Amino acid sequence: MTALRHPQDASSADPQEIEKFSRMAESWWDPTGPFRPLHKMNPVRLDYVRDQICGQFDRDPQAPRALEGLRILDVGCGGGLLSEPLARMGAQVVGVDAAERNIPVARLHAERMGLEIDYRAGTVEALAEAGELFDAVVCLEVVEHVAHLADFVKSCAEVVRPGGILVASTLARTPQSFAMAIVGAEYLLRWLPRGTHDWRKFVNPVELDAAFIVAGLETADVSGFVYSPFRDSWRRDPRDLSCNYAAAAVKPAAALLIEDAPGALAP
Amino acid sequence: MSEIQRKAQEQMRTEGVLILGGGLTGGSLALVLASGGIPSVVIDAAPRARHFEEEFDGRASAVAAGSKRLLEVLGVWEAMAGEVQPIDDILVTEGRVSEGSFAHFLHFDHRETGRGPFGWLTENRHLRREIRRRLEEEPLITLVDETRIQDLTASPAEAEALSADGRSWRGALAVICEGRGSSTAEAAGFRHARWRYDQTGLVATIRHEKPHEGVAHEYFLPSGPFAVLPLTGNRSSLVWTEKPEPARAVMAAGEEAFLREVRRRMGGMLGGLELEGPRWSYPLSFSLAYDYVKPRLALLGDSAHAVHPIAGQGLNLGFRDVAALAEVLTEALRRGEDIGALDVLERYQRRRRFDNAAMGLGMDAMNRLFSNDSAILRAVRGFGISAVEKLAPLKRRFMAQAAGEMGDLPRLLRGEPL
Repeated sequence: MTALRHPQDASSADPQEIEKFSRMAESWWDPTGPFRPLHKMNPVRLDYVRDQICGQFDRDPQAPRALEGLRILDVGCGGGLLSEPLARMGAQVVGVDAAERNIPVARLHAERMGLEIDYRAGTVEALAEAGELFDAVVCLEVVEHVAHLADFVKSCAEVVRPGGILVASTLARTPQSFAMAIVGAEYLLRWLPRGTHDWRKFVNPVELDAAFIVAGLETADVSGFVYSPFRDSWRRDPRDLSCNYAAAAVKPAAALLIEDAPGALAP
Repeated sequence: MSEIQRKAQEQMRTEGVLILGGGLTGGSLALVLASGGIPSVVIDAAPRARHFEEEFDGRASAVAAGSKRLLEVLGVWEAMAGEVQPIDDILVTEGRVSEGSFAHFLHFDHRETGRGPFGWLTENRHLRREIRRRLEEEPLITLVDETRIQDLTASPAEAEALSADGRSWRGALAVICEGRGSSTAEAAGFRHARWRYDQTGLVATIRHEKPHEGVAHEYFLPSGPFAVLPLTGNRSSLVWTEKPEPARAVMAAGEEAFLREVRRRMGGMLGGLELEGPRWSYPLSFSLAYDYVKPRLALLGDSAHAVHPIAGQGLNLGFRDVAALAEVLTEALRRGEDIGALDVLERYQRRRRFDNAAMGLGMDAMNRLFSNDSAILRAVRGFGISAVEKLAPLKRRFMAQAAGEMGDLPRLLRGEPL
């Protein structure tokens, strides 16, 4: 694995390993491959992430490179489907994934696209322990795969700097999401391999909201993502939270915390 | 190489667009992209002077309301003031040359739509010149003249165009705007459905004694449609579709004989006629690409869909492609997507392919129906024309379609910024 830290350095790398990871990179980035649903949903997810972060930092979301200079953590980065657009929007991106073999795949693709992204194998807990801080932390389609929701959100919140924002997206645990994500996407349409999702681990909006509160965050927005089979694309719908949805929560700035503390304003 | 040059090249590779063909559609695509912050390289086989020549292109175009809005946003339209003629009325007539009398009239009056003129006639050379002037002012646009592209390749990360003399350009994608029958598109593996019409298009500009009052005349004659389209002043553009054999004879004939044939078709309503400038002829064909996009490659305008000129829609369809592609690409860029990726380009294809095919096949059907001397078909279209005249809603629909007002309009064609 050491040799693969620098995949561009072909001389020190195992060509067979490079070949294997290249094939996987093609698959992560193939819009008709096994990650097709993520590709289809990416525009609506990216617009949401960009708009929420721009709202928090007073930026024009329609400007080119709207996230210029912001330090952003992509938790569960996979092949880099979110990290790359964030980097193109001007952010300094750290991508972290617990599935170690995703990291060289993501690195290889970013290298090929001429993008500088700091990909690391590991967990958000490790980053929190190391005391890293980010303007924004983004975890899309991740919380339905973690072992303990509240602990995970707490670790994510720890690496958000005061005045920063956390954006998460997931699936609600409803009959609609069972019909769509399990029966539809895995069995009927075969968009996803069977067993990709465990419906019992889906997260309802109130549960995510509770996890935000416990982690000391304030919910700023919740919006649904709705698939239109006719247009074969997704759109944002603030009212329909029955399947895919996203939420944003901000970490209060330090000054605010002091003011809010009892007795802080007393002379 | 300086740091700035290196950065510029890097940005071009990751965000820039290679535009092959610097004509009306390729040039306006570069301008729209620049307005959305996307750099481009426009590569054209013609020398720079060609864009400013008076006699290079004798064709005139009917600019629809949507296209006019696009040209306004690009700052091209204002520069053409005094060179555009509004079309206030369209008079459709059906008949035979020998009969001289025309039974069925269909009158489209712009007052019925309440939307202003049906379109604006202008000679292509004015458009060509003003688009080129704007291109030369834009810092985000690089113009490469007198260059033929020999090889176009799409790798996973970029598109690369290679010229015959060994220079190369790289971008996130390459857009082929080389007009009909583009060999670059064919070499890149795009396939088209095509057929030739047994017709030749003759184009000329005439001066006439009496004013045209802003009326466009379309005569459906058995050999094909014959249109007299109002230009500025006492001038009109003739668009005359004829069988190849008589077309050759008409082209070879002297000015007097040519004008005599013209008068036999349009009658004496405009008084005495004389020719302005040379006559042109073009073989007419139809082609429609099965796919408009491949990874890092896209077809645009006539390279994707060359339709029959019967309703003057070719250029307007091209401008709609420009507006749709530019909207898709700027939206993708603003959310950080790879603008050359297939899933991004497919959004452009989804928006344009159906509209273009419907229009192209509609023009084809209309041409086939009207370019025929069968008595039954003559009765059918006579009935059709009278029926359309009596059915106001259907007529308004035709008029809206001709003015480019139907369908899922890109923002630029509604006069909104990107």
